[in-house]
Amino acid sequence: MNKVDAESDGWAKLQGRNTKNLRIWTGAWLVSLALANFGPKFLWDHHSSLSLSSIVVNVALGIGMIVANGRLLNGLDEMQRQIQIEAMAVALGVGLVFGLAYSTLDVVNLISFDAEISHLVMLVAVVFMVTVALGLRRVR
Amino acid sequence: MKNSLKVLRAQRDWTQAELAAAVDVSRQTINAIEKGKFDPSLPLAFRFARLFETTIEEIFEDRST
Repeated sequence: MNKVDAESDGWAKLQGRNTKNLRIWTGAWLVSLALANFGPKFLWDHHSSLSLSSIVVNVALGIGMIVANGRLLNGLDEMQRQIQIEAMAVALGVGLVFGLAYSTLDVVNLISFDAEISHLVMLVAVVFMVTVALGLRRVR
Repeated sequence: MKNSLKVLRAQRDWTQAELAAAVDVSRQTINAIEKGKFDPSLPLAFRFARLFETTIEEIFEDRST
């Protein structure tokens, strides 16, 4: 099994590299998001060209993160990929249905606070993680 | 789908990790296939068949037949 082990090592290394890449891109995107949000107030006194530049950088890093996520997904084996795709489908559906319902609650003034996009992002993230965990448990 | 992967693997004294390495999937996927909790794709089934030098039908059996 020596040859096989070597091949597997390559596959495992590729997965490790893809995961590390996604972690780096996600970290950079989060830092740039914080910079774009807080920079105008705390760093460059609402200088519009700097604010616009920080948003452009944030979007560029976000695109890099999406590409890295796609590479990670393509590097997974078929069962892992199926679990991830199912979780993404559920998270997207829940985000769409509950996100719009939440927004409607705000529009018709049934809630006293503003429906923030960050609440939707948190909901989608939690639903995705729970669905992945359930998917992994199902095949254990 | 029933399968004889566990038997074929045991005959060669391979671990799940070694079999996973041979067909480029995770150990968890081998475990799920052996337990019948995940049905492999046709390309993966062919990889198993090539590795064990047999046919897909010898490894996998449809539960409905």
